[in-house]
Amino acid sequence: MLIRFEVNGSAVEVEAEPRLTLADCLRHQLRLTGTHIGCEHGVCGACTVLVDGDAVRSCLMLAVQAEGAKVTTVEGLSDDAELTPLQKSFRKHHALQCGFCTPGMITTAHALLSEEPECDAGRVREVLSGNLCRCTGYIPIVEAVLEARAAYQQKTPA
Amino acid sequence: MKTVNAFIGSPIERLEDLRFLRGRGQYVDDLARPSMLHAAVLRSSVAHGRMRAIDTAAARALPGVHRVITAEDIGAPVPRVPMRLQPLPDFVRFGQPVIAETKVRYVGEALALVLADSPAIAEDALALIEVDIEPLPAVADSRASAADQSLLFEETGTNRAMLFRATRGDAAAAFKDAPYVRRETLRTARHMALPLEPRGLLAEWDAARGKLTVSGGAKVLFFNRRTLAKEMGLPESAVEYVENDVGGGFGARGEFYPEDYLVPFAARLTGRPVKWTEDRREQLMCLNHAREAECEVEIACARDGTILGLRGHVHVDVGAYMRTNGAVGARNIAQFMSGPYRIPNIDIDVALQLTNKTPVGTYRGPGRFETDFFRERLLDMVARDLNLDRVEFRRRNLVSRQEMPYQIATIRPFDKEEELDSGDYHATLDRCLAEIGWAEKAKLAGKLIDGRYHGVAVACFIEGGAAGPKETARMVLEPDGMYSVYVGSSAVGQGLETAFAQIAADALEVPMERIKGVFHGSTSYVSDGYGAYHSRSVVMGGSAMLAAAENLRTAIREAAAKRFDCNHEQIKIVDGRTAVGPNGASIDAAELAGEGISVEGAFLNSKHTYTYGAHAAHVTVDPKLGHVELIDYVIIEDCGRAINPLTLHGQAIGAAVQGLGGAFMEQLRYDEDGQLLTGSLADYLIPTASDFPNIRAVVLDEYPSPINPLGAKGAGEGGIIAVGGVMANAVANALSSLCVEPRQLPLSPQYIWELVQQAHPAIAVVDAARGGRIESPANTPPTGA
Repeated sequence: MLIRFEVNGSAVEVEAEPRLTLADCLRHQLRLTGTHIGCEHGVCGACTVLVDGDAVRSCLMLAVQAEGAKVTTVEGLSDDAELTPLQKSFRKHHALQCGFCTPGMITTAHALLSEEPECDAGRVREVLSGNLCRCTGYIPIVEAVLEARAAYQQKTPA
Repeated sequence: MKTVNAFIGSPIERLEDLRFLRGRGQYVDDLARPSMLHAAVLRSSVAHGRMRAIDTAAARALPGVHRVITAEDIGAPVPRVPMRLQPLPDFVRFGQPVIAETKVRYVGEALALVLADSPAIAEDALALIEVDIEPLPAVADSRASAADQSLLFEETGTNRAMLFRATRGDAAAAFKDAPYVRRETLRTARHMALPLEPRGLLAEWDAARGKLTVSGGAKVLFFNRRTLAKEMGLPESAVEYVENDVGGGFGARGEFYPEDYLVPFAARLTGRPVKWTEDRREQLMCLNHAREAECEVEIACARDGTILGLRGHVHVDVGAYMRTNGAVGARNIAQFMSGPYRIPNIDIDVALQLTNKTPVGTYRGPGRFETDFFRERLLDMVARDLNLDRVEFRRRNLVSRQEMPYQIATIRPFDKEEELDSGDYHATLDRCLAEIGWAEKAKLAGKLIDGRYHGVAVACFIEGGAAGPKETARMVLEPDGMYSVYVGSSAVGQGLETAFAQIAADALEVPMERIKGVFHGSTSYVSDGYGAYHSRSVVMGGSAMLAAAENLRTAIREAAAKRFDCNHEQIKIVDGRTAVGPNGASIDAAELAGEGISVEGAFLNSKHTYTYGAHAAHVTVDPKLGHVELIDYVIIEDCGRAINPLTLHGQAIGAAVQGLGGAFMEQLRYDEDGQLLTGSLADYLIPTASDFPNIRAVVLDEYPSPINPLGAKGAGEGGIIAVGGVMANAVANALSSLCVEPRQLPLSPQYIWELVQQAHPAIAVVDAARGGRIESPANTPPTGA
């Protein structure tokens, strides 16, 4: 069936089987391969995207459910010219090694910091505990997210 | 102006990050080709049985299905997955056919490959294949295996694939006269590397050129190319293995698996590109498992705590087949049980027992994680028996700096002598104690505060690295004056491009910006390569780059010498940019480059490096819930020479958390019929962001390795090796008033709770007072874990 939604600010139209997941739709139909698939059962968080601003596991959502929604992927949170403050902070703290969990971490952290720019380390750990990373041990990721808070605090002054 | 370079040793932010952070990494499943077919694998749901029939008619009739491949299509004899490491002739008979032929031997073994227009159709078709398997009794663990009642390979008459034996000195004599002996039975559970990206392969057959290209390779591209070319009857030059971005390896990914044959075979058969992407359930049942071992070990000591000997028998559950690196873990358990300690008399044998479970392979710190748990656990028990301070006991027995290089046990049937290369093991132990604040923390040992017992522990480790025989690098002076580097090493997410650019820039004495790129991951880049395993990339690939850089500088001098009509030794290269002749005449290197100057360099090596250090931990244990909280964890390691302290630190922390998974959470469970019970990430738990927030690492480079020009040692595994031992000892220390002695991993809440319930302080006190010959109270472990 034909579905219409918005991805990273652009309107898209996709012919999708009802059983197609949003993750497969983004990756294989729209060729936005920054969103990764790690488990297809909603545990690892690698496929996290933003749907109308909320962090969502795109492997647990059908593409047809995105009808009319605004979807943002890691590509939509990136800039060609330079890294965003969140990405810079990840790089500085060595918060990624193999890079496979990274898009899900970036989207999850972006959603958290957009809503709660004052969050503390405990809250960061709690929210990120839904995203698995097998390389870093998480400590540098938490440090990176905490340092990136400043950029979000400026954006949305309390 | 002379460029003074010190990229080596600088915490340089990674080059790889720029693409990964933007979602522009390119992993194998990101690839797509016109007219590509999608493969799905039908896997055995029976652990042990005889293949009677397989009917694929209904699957073939499904619209969108192009082909279903079974053993019959491949033809007898079906190719076997070879042994890459320890390729002993005795292993051949236990090799895995790339598709089940006459028997199935584990749940997950490939039975058929469906090729279809989409992955979904391919998976639909799997459900339509009818398989008739005559079930046989499953061999569910190494004890059942050793009984040889039900045989995996009837024609061999045994389930024992091999018996390794590590020896040094005269253990029998040492034990005969020893005043103190303790015997224990200790176990580690089956778990796995579980890289976050599942495997995948994309194979393309170019019939016109007779060329096969396989994307999705990792780790050991050149070996896999050799294997595939041989099995498919192609010259090596007709096969190219390509490595894409790799979502973690940890030893398991990149080995030659059955799919490494099946997918290219399908591409050649159909003439169309074929892609296969593993899902998580498949990964849990198909990627190499690891670490399942049972160790009956005995230690002999003098009354003053001098270790006199170590002997024992180990049973390793190797799963259903011997494939690629499946012997490494078992071998390492035997050879490295002495770890960093001076143990003059050793006799340890390790039986590799086949069972109806997924075959094993290496997982970060293979064998070392297990054997460190066995040894360090035992050392704390001995210290308690002999009323010795745990730290002093270790100090007394650590190999000293003056004894380096220090020969350790010899392993048979290899007979290769092995020695620890360099270092000051006492210094890292002392540093570790200082960092964690041992003197203060030790006062808390065993104390019950607010319902939780406090425990502290320290353990020492060595980490092997730098496997030979060789690595190759090629350096190119490009027409634009930039330098390109090509290596036979592989990237598996460890930051190889950045570290290698640092080494190359220093070797060529140019800024890092002049390194156009570090190119890895194709069998076309260099003449021969060995890849990334055994923490070898920096030592082997890095040293090969030094050789290539020297050769390139010679080539540049020779080119300049021709221009200036002089001897090449009279040419100086300034800033890696300008060649200056004897009369001060100069020429830009870019001008000399012409079409480019390209040279190779190689590094050959038959010895190993040993990074070493110590871990210390402070935990609290809730005796009512069996829950352990990690209050503080310190890792100290000396890796000879740090290339990039930022990424090295990341390796240590990341490895430690992975090890904590193995120490507390991770276990691949099977039932008595050989059914895998942990087939999802909801059943197989790995650490999350909220589990272990308090870990610190200090990486030193005080004692360079004498066996390579960089002075580097393989690093990246040290953070995981000591974790199981130190955590079990910390729990034992916390519960010392109850005389609880953990004897297995993982330290699940249930297991700790059971130990607390079964605690018999009075009996244990009698044992300790006796201080003579002591055995485990029982060989039957509690049911939990």
